[in-house]
Amino acid sequence: MAKTNTEIKARYAMKVSADHKKIWSSFERLLLGSILPIALIITWEIVSQLGWVESYQLPAPTAILARLTELASSGELTQHIYITVYRVFAGFLLGTGIAVIFALLVGFLKKAEYVFDPIIQAFRSIPSLAWVPLFILWMGIGESSKITMIAVGVFFPVYLNLVSGILTVDRKLIEVGRMYQLSLFQQIYRIILPATLPSFLVGLRSGLGLGWMFVVAAELMGASQGLGYLLVLGQNTLAPETILASIILFAIIGKLSDWLLKVLESRLLRWQDRFERGS
Amino acid sequence: MTLVLENISRRFADVDVIKDISLSVEKGEIVGLLGTSGCGKSTLLRAISGLDQDYRGTIAINGQVIQGVHATTGFIFQEPRLLPWLTVQDNITFGIKGKQQAVFDRAKRFIEYVGLTGKENLYPRQLSGGMAQRVAIARALVTSPEILLLDEPFSALDAFTKMQLQDLLLEIWEKYQTTMVLVTHDIDEALYLCDRIVVLRDQPGRIIKTIRVEQQHPRNRGSVEFAHYKTDILNQLDFSQ
Repeated sequence: MAKTNTEIKARYAMKVSADHKKIWSSFERLLLGSILPIALIITWEIVSQLGWVESYQLPAPTAILARLTELASSGELTQHIYITVYRVFAGFLLGTGIAVIFALLVGFLKKAEYVFDPIIQAFRSIPSLAWVPLFILWMGIGESSKITMIAVGVFFPVYLNLVSGILTVDRKLIEVGRMYQLSLFQQIYRIILPATLPSFLVGLRSGLGLGWMFVVAAELMGASQGLGYLLVLGQNTLAPETILASIILFAIIGKLSDWLLKVLESRLLRWQDRFERGS
Repeated sequence: MTLVLENISRRFADVDVIKDISLSVEKGEIVGLLGTSGCGKSTLLRAISGLDQDYRGTIAINGQVIQGVHATTGFIFQEPRLLPWLTVQDNITFGIKGKQQAVFDRAKRFIEYVGLTGKENLYPRQLSGGMAQRVAIARALVTSPEILLLDEPFSALDAFTKMQLQDLLLEIWEKYQTTMVLVTHDIDEALYLCDRIVVLRDQPGRIIKTIRVEQQHPRNRGSVEFAHYKTDILNQLDFSQ
């Protein structure tokens, strides 16, 4: 009896230590990732407090934090964040939707490739920001020109990745489908699309990254709200802490949105046989 | 299910790979296509499967000339060719249509049969080569094909797994009397499994000999009779000393 008791205890201890290990390893990861940012912020604060840099050029982290709380307490901040996130999201959806339609056409129909691909590639070689003035001229400085702008940025990575994903589906898997007499539609739905998912998700993530880049460009050109507007405001009022506050918010929200996609990716691709790195 | 091939020829880029091959397979027979690499044995199997339709000649199943993939034909490839995003269970039921519960029961029976109980929810990346090929075997069988085509199905496996799966294949045959056409370059495998061994050689590939193996299953892998057959086949393929 005593022996089984000790056995149970030993097993329990093992389980607890395994759980601890798991928690410790994610904590360790967080810790390792925080070393550089924290060191940077501390040095920055010290340097600012000692007056080695002028505060009208580089304000201290505490000053930026003060500016952020000030913006937040007036309720302005939520407005800026909301409008920018809305623009990115709308542009992202629009760009992705159009990219998916064209990629499916070009991926599945050779004729569609001959028709669409040359012109899409030609448009791709235009630096996308060059469209900004034209869009503003056409659509004014309202939401539509900004969302279109972002959609253009999102379109290309999603389109290119999806097309290459479709074109590189393993012929051997298609043959399995043919052996089971799947129709063309079933082949697309049951084999080609799942096989394409990894590259599609890569496209989405880089598309989203470009979406954040383009929202800045669009908001710099003319906006009365948004995080990009805060950049302009900071420049015009000689307030570097406003600019830096905006930059930090871009970093946080951009990272957050990418993290969401990453979570989605690991959910959808848990079947993938991936390279596991050593510690 | 009888399978009759008449004068099958196949060219790839102006080179004849097989030329005028005729062969008929009886219902329930296991026929081996044996030959060195490049003799066109896989090409012939792909023509029978309907995956390749650019051959000349006619292929008839039960007296009916086929065009394309036939509903009663199953194929086990050299690699498992599992869909990586589907679990073992879903890979096995990939080819069956029908009501959910019936499909589930059927899959369960075959999972048990190939010895994968408890592994239903694993993904292909979590399987060993032998387990993955078991899944492929179950997937091909679950639709109850009347003709099973096998393209070197065990060639990528280790010797022991290979023997296990060969026995599994024979068990299946005992149970369902499935007609099988097996492409292989392994003489021992052909002797152990087949009722008839068709030896192919040269380019374009042609049939040089047909050997009938009369022994009942289960056969002894190390019998003297097998050694005689083996010497004969090696002679035919110019591999004797």
